[in-house]
Amino acid sequence: MTTFLLRRIALIVPTLFFVSLLIFGLQQLLPGDPAIALAGEDRDPAVIAFLRQKYHLDDPLPMRYALWVEGVARGDLGESIRIKRPVFDLITEKLPVTGELALMALLIALAIGLPAGIIAAVNNGTVMDYGVSMAALWGLSIPNFWLGILLILLFSVELGLLPASGFVSPTESLKQNLLTMVMPAFVLGNAIAAGMMRHMRSAMLQVLSTDFVRTARAKGLPEIWVILRHALRNALIPVVTLSALDFGALLSGAVLTEQVFTIPGFGKLIVDAVFNRDYAVVQGVVLFTAFAYIMLNLIADIAYVVLNPRLR
Amino acid sequence: MVFCKWLCAGFALLFSAMLSGTSAQPAQTLRIGLAEDPDLLDPSLARTYVGRIVFASMCDKLVDISPELDIVPQLAIEWQWTDGNKGLVLKIRQDVKFHDGEPLDAAAVKFSLERHLNLPGSNRKAEISAVTNVDIIDDHTVKLVLSAPFAPLLAQLSDRAGMIVSPKAAQAGGDFSTHPVCAGPYKFTERVAQDRIVLDRFADYWNKDAVHLDRIVFLPIVDSTVRLANLRSGGLDLIERVAATDVDTVKRDERLKFSEITGLGYTGVTTNVNNGTRSKNPLGQDRRVRQALELSIDRSALNQVVFNGLFQPGNQWEPPSNAYYVKSMPIPGRDVAKAKELLAAAGAPHPSVTLMVPTNPELLQAAQVIQSMAAESGFDIKIQATEFASALDLAVKGDFEAFLLGWSGRTDPDGNIYNFVACKAPPALNIGHYCNSEVDRELEATRQAADPAERMPHYARVAEHVLGNRPLIYLWHNRHLYGMSAKLTGFNPYPDGLIRPQGIRMQ
Repeated sequence: MTTFLLRRIALIVPTLFFVSLLIFGLQQLLPGDPAIALAGEDRDPAVIAFLRQKYHLDDPLPMRYALWVEGVARGDLGESIRIKRPVFDLITEKLPVTGELALMALLIALAIGLPAGIIAAVNNGTVMDYGVSMAALWGLSIPNFWLGILLILLFSVELGLLPASGFVSPTESLKQNLLTMVMPAFVLGNAIAAGMMRHMRSAMLQVLSTDFVRTARAKGLPEIWVILRHALRNALIPVVTLSALDFGALLSGAVLTEQVFTIPGFGKLIVDAVFNRDYAVVQGVVLFTAFAYIMLNLIADIAYVVLNPRLR
Repeated sequence: MVFCKWLCAGFALLFSAMLSGTSAQPAQTLRIGLAEDPDLLDPSLARTYVGRIVFASMCDKLVDISPELDIVPQLAIEWQWTDGNKGLVLKIRQDVKFHDGEPLDAAAVKFSLERHLNLPGSNRKAEISAVTNVDIIDDHTVKLVLSAPFAPLLAQLSDRAGMIVSPKAAQAGGDFSTHPVCAGPYKFTERVAQDRIVLDRFADYWNKDAVHLDRIVFLPIVDSTVRLANLRSGGLDLIERVAATDVDTVKRDERLKFSEITGLGYTGVTTNVNNGTRSKNPLGQDRRVRQALELSIDRSALNQVVFNGLFQPGNQWEPPSNAYYVKSMPIPGRDVAKAKELLAAAGAPHPSVTLMVPTNPELLQAAQVIQSMAAESGFDIKIQATEFASALDLAVKGDFEAFLLGWSGRTDPDGNIYNFVACKAPPALNIGHYCNSEVDRELEATRQAADPAERMPHYARVAEHVLGNRPLIYLWHNRHLYGMSAKLTGFNPYPDGLIRPQGIRMQ
C-alpha cells in the first residue's frame, strides 16, 4: 500500500512538467496577437508596444516558458492582463463556485444514475430496463446549452420559480445560492447520470451473475439485502472511478453550462481568457485543473484499494 | 439508524437555512445586464466599450454630451478657447468631492489629465496628446495648453479622458483599477470578476438630487437570450444590447418597456487597398470594383433581413441624422446593371473576393446577404468566418481582402474617420493602409477649426475622396436597444449608448 502510494505520488511531478509544456506549447498555436487583442478597440500602437514589453510577449518562447515555470515554482501563476489580478486569486475565487457546482451536479448524477442503473440491472430485459436505458440515452444526447435555455424559459420566465442565471455566494444567502445553482447542477448532472447509469447497470449485471450472489440468495437473504449489501458494494468500483473522472472534468469547468447560466466559475474564466488571449490566466487555470485531475485520480486509486481488499 | 438521524437533521437545518435566507440587496437596487464583462476600471487604462457604461455611474467627466450631442457642463461649468484655439480654459465646479472625501479642484484636474498622458500603457494618451501642459490658473480654473489647435478635444473630455480621479487614491499605491475612486454619483463597492460590479450611492455627490437609487449592480451576461430571460423573470431591471430579433418579445411583454436610439458607431466593409500582397486583386486595386460592390448592396433590405429594420442604413462614418453627415452624398440605391457595367469596364466581370467576418451571428447573416446580393452583379464572395482576435491579427498583418468590421463610435466625427483613413493613422485601425494626402490635409483642417460650420466643408471634401475611393463601404449604424422593467422611469437613451443613472427611479 505504502509503495503503491509513493510510486503514484512520485509520478505527479513529471506529469505536471509534461502538462506545463503541453499547455504552453498548445497556447502558442492559438492564432491572434495577444497584445492587439488586449489593446482594446482603440488599438493604440503605444499601448500595444507597452503590453508586449510588460508581459514579455516579444521574448523567445523558451525564455517565456522559463519565466512562467520559474514563477509557478515560486507559487506565482502570473497576472491577468485584462483585469490586472493575480491568476492565483482568480482561481481561489472561482474554485469554490465551480466546486459547489461540480459537487451538486455529481450528487444529482449519483442520485439519478445509481438507482436507475440498479433498477435496470435487476429488471434486466424487461420494459423497465428498456425504459431506463432510453431515458439514459435521452440524457446523453440532449445538448447542455439547449436544456439549459429550456429550463430557464420554463422555471424562470414562465413559472417564475428560479432565478434565470447568476451566482449568489452561500455566505450571502444560502437560499439564493441553492436556487441559482439547482438548474445548472441539474443540467450537468443529467448528462453525467446517463453515463453513470449505464456503468452501474453493466457492473451490477456482472456481479449479480457471480457465485457469491447466488450463495447469498441460497442462504435465503432477502433480495433487497442481496442487492444493496452484497452486489452493490462490488459493483461500485467502476462507478467510483467514473465519479472521480467526472468530478475532475466538472472542476475543469462546465464551459457551456457556466456560459448559459452565467456562473462565474472556471469554465467561464478560461473561455473568456482564451477569447481575450489572456495567456497567464489560460496557463494558470489549465495547470491547476491538471493538478486537480491528477489528485482526484490518486484519490480514486486509493478508494479502489479501500473498497477492494484484494488490491491491498 | 444514527447516520439516518444525522442526515435528517442536516437536511432540516439546510431547509430552515434556505427559508430564512434573505437577500442582502438594499431596497432600491438597479440591476443592469451588460453584454460583456468590463476590463480595468481605471479611466486611464480602460479599453472596452462596456467599461464606459460602468464609468458613467462612477466617474464624472469634465464635460458631458446631451442626447443631441451638444457638449454640456459636468465637472467643468464653463470653458473658453483661447490663443487661437491653442488654449482651453476650464472653470471647475465648486464643492465637488471625490468618493474618498478629498476635494476636486484644479490641482486634481491637472493630476488626472497628466496621469492620462503619462501613465505607462495609458489608452487616453493618444486621445489628448495635443495637450502639452495643464496650467493651474486658480483653485478652480485650469488652462490646457495645446501644441496645435485640436477641435475634438472637448468631445474627448466628455469621455474617459475627461474623467477626474482622486489624486490621493491614485497615488496611494496598490492597484487603482481594483478600487477606483472618482467623483461620480455612485462609488465603487466590490467587483467579482465575470460576475458583478457593485456601486453604492455617493452621499456627497454634487448633484445628489438627481440620484434616486441606493445601489447599482452590473451583471455581465454575454448570451442575449439569457440576458432577456433574466429581465423577463425579474432578475434584472435593465438590459443593454437587446438582440434585434428579441425586440418584439420585449414590446409585447406588459411588464417591460423598450427604448432605443441611433448610435455613434457604424459597420462596413473595409477593403485591403494597400496592405501587402493580398491587396493585389481587382477589389483592392480598382475603385470601380469597389463601387460595383457598393451598388450591389441594398442597405435597406439588409437592415430588414438581419435587424428587422431596427438599425439605421448608412453610407458615411456619421449616421444621416448627425449634423456632420454630408447631405450632398446620400445613400446610393442598389443598381445591379451599373455594377455589372463597372465590373466589365474594370476587366473583372466575376471578381472573387474573400470577405473576413467575425464569428458573430448577426454579422455572419449580414455577410450572407451581401454575398447573395453581390452574386447578382457577378461577384463571387467567399465568407471567411474568423474568431475576432484572430481576425484582427490577420487584418493588421494585411492577410485579408475585405473585412466586415464595426466601430463603436465617438462623439466627435474625428474619432470615427481620422484613424481609419489618415496616412498617419495607427496601422491596427487603418488596416487597409489607405493613404491620400488630400484627405490628410482636409482632416487636419477639421482639427484646426473649432466651429462646426467651419469644419463641415472640410468633411465634405473628405467624403468626396473617401466615398469615391471606397476603402471602406459603410453599411449601417447600430441602434442601442434597451429592455427594462416597466417599473423603471426616468431612463434617457444617449447616442453613445451609455447608461446615465441620473434621473432613473424605480416605482
